[in-house]
Amino acid sequence: MSNGAERMRRELMIRLVREFRAGTLADNIDRIPVQLRPQNSPATRCCIYHDRAVLKYRLMALLGFDPKRETDETKPLKEYYEEAEAEDCSPEPPITVCGAGCAGCPSSRVAVTENCRGCFARPCVYACPRGAISVIDQHAWIDYSKCIKCGKCLQVCPFNAIIKTKVPCEDACPTGAIRKNEFGVADIDFDKCIFCGKCFAKCPFGAVMERSELVRVLRALGAGRKLVAMIAPSAQFQFPGGIEKLFSAVKAAGFHDVIEVALGAELTTEHEAHEFIERMKRGDRLMTTSCCTAFVELIKKHVPQLIPCVSDTPSPMKYAGKLAKEKYPDALTVFVGPCIAKRHEALSAENVDMVMNFEELGALLAGSGIDIMSQPEWKLPRPAIATARNFAKSCGVTDAILSELCGDDLPKVNGKFFNGIDAKTAKMLALYAAGKLPGNFIEGMSCEGGCVGGPCSLVK
Amino acid sequence: MAEKIKLEICCGTTCFMLGAAEIMQLATNMPPDLDGHVEVTGLACMNACLNENLGHSPFVRIDGKLIGNATVEMVCDELRKRLNGGGDNE
Ligand code: FES
Repeated sequence: MSNGAERMRRELMIRLVREFRAGTLADNIDRIPVQLRPQNSPATRCCIYHDRAVLKYRLMALLGFDPKRETDETKPLKEYYEEAEAEDCSPEPPITVCGAGCAGCPSSRVAVTENCRGCFARPCVYACPRGAISVIDQHAWIDYSKCIKCGKCLQVCPFNAIIKTKVPCEDACPTGAIRKNEFGVADIDFDKCIFCGKCFAKCPFGAVMERSELVRVLRALGAGRKLVAMIAPSAQFQFPGGIEKLFSAVKAAGFHDVIEVALGAELTTEHEAHEFIERMKRGDRLMTTSCCTAFVELIKKHVPQLIPCVSDTPSPMKYAGKLAKEKYPDALTVFVGPCIAKRHEALSAENVDMVMNFEELGALLAGSGIDIMSQPEWKLPRPAIATARNFAKSCGVTDAILSELCGDDLPKVNGKFFNGIDAKTAKMLALYAAGKLPGNFIEGMSCEGGCVGGPCSLVK
Repeated sequence: MAEKIKLEICCGTTCFMLGAAEIMQLATNMPPDLDGHVEVTGLACMNACLNENLGHSPFVRIDGKLIGNATVEMVCDELRKRLNGGGDNE
């Protein structure tokens, strides 16, 4: 397990599914925080009461509610659970910060620690371009009215006595969308947020939460609705036993059918290759891929001049939804992937009804007592082709398009890749938009390594 | 050649979710001092998760001994103990 926040999140999900399946969730949901942090058990935060409070909000988010929008602190979870039944809207925004969980980490700054020996050479004083450091009583001091956090002093200190503190969520956010509000608690500015999920993955307090549709899915299964799971290509690296066993497990959990999203990726490739040819023929300089929602959101919100260059081709998820609805017009479709941004994309995708991430699927199976490894291998009616399954990896999209585009009279692809979005990506894209960089095809993936590195992946 | 130590890692859904995925990486990435001395297998759910509460997954078995709440470090530690305490290993 890579960390405790992840472990708690998954344990809680499994617990929730177990209780749901046993029919005890409504009556027990308010007891879960206390049962997980009973009297005299060790606390992870300052005390068990704080732990319990955050567990309550975590359950609220698992029920699909935004802890930020709580208006009545005395309202028991059971009522939320009952309300969730009536409410049929998808969670928007899909990501939120739980105020009780946020530790309000102080802004990043350069600080002199007690390891400072007040040495004779004082390289820090000489290295500082702003003259912000002075030594008083054999100890270096920083004048914060002058410090620009350049970090030169920490590089030259012979005792490693100077550090730069971090704010994990703010440091991870590529668009400056997460900042402290007037209460000193992190808040997401949705005019800037691209739903990449990097803050969610990086917060060591687990305070950034997804608004889950897990209970909606469980309810639909319990009510005997016809559900079709559409599983993203990255699943092949995420579960034990390969996708054939995974698909059998999903079926055993009560889904009517399972579809590889890679089949949708095949259609995306075909369509996108033709779109590229057309765009080049009509004299466009550049086209960017459209399958990564966070990348498209980055362009929409931060590099709008590039919007005309974004491919109109529907994403693999949308095509898979179409395939599923053609086959089962009366079914509800559930996309399953490692991604938070897809929750946002699904809101405007008519053929995608719900979204689950890999953690939630894993919890759904574990909590239902379904062991993937013991399942028979599912016979895929037609396995997707390798290049389509490869969409989940960075450069996979370009590879697939290249294999589609072979012919002498076709335009040459000069592909560029964004393997992971960071704070510099928007600036780079602006240069492409201005024609200052070469290339006619840009593949963008928000997560390093592609979807396989997604914020909600099981195996990192 | 001495007998290899048997490391069985539970890859049942619950264990996998709660950390066995990381431990499984030992199958391809064993520390150099242990490499070649351990036989790694991934198992289906061994039902240990059902009896105890969740806190005990992931489970591994080392030469038959069941270990709960396992981590990569813990497993390597136990393997080293066996390798070095085994006596007649080369
Ligand atoms: S999943 Fe490991 S014992 Fe059941």
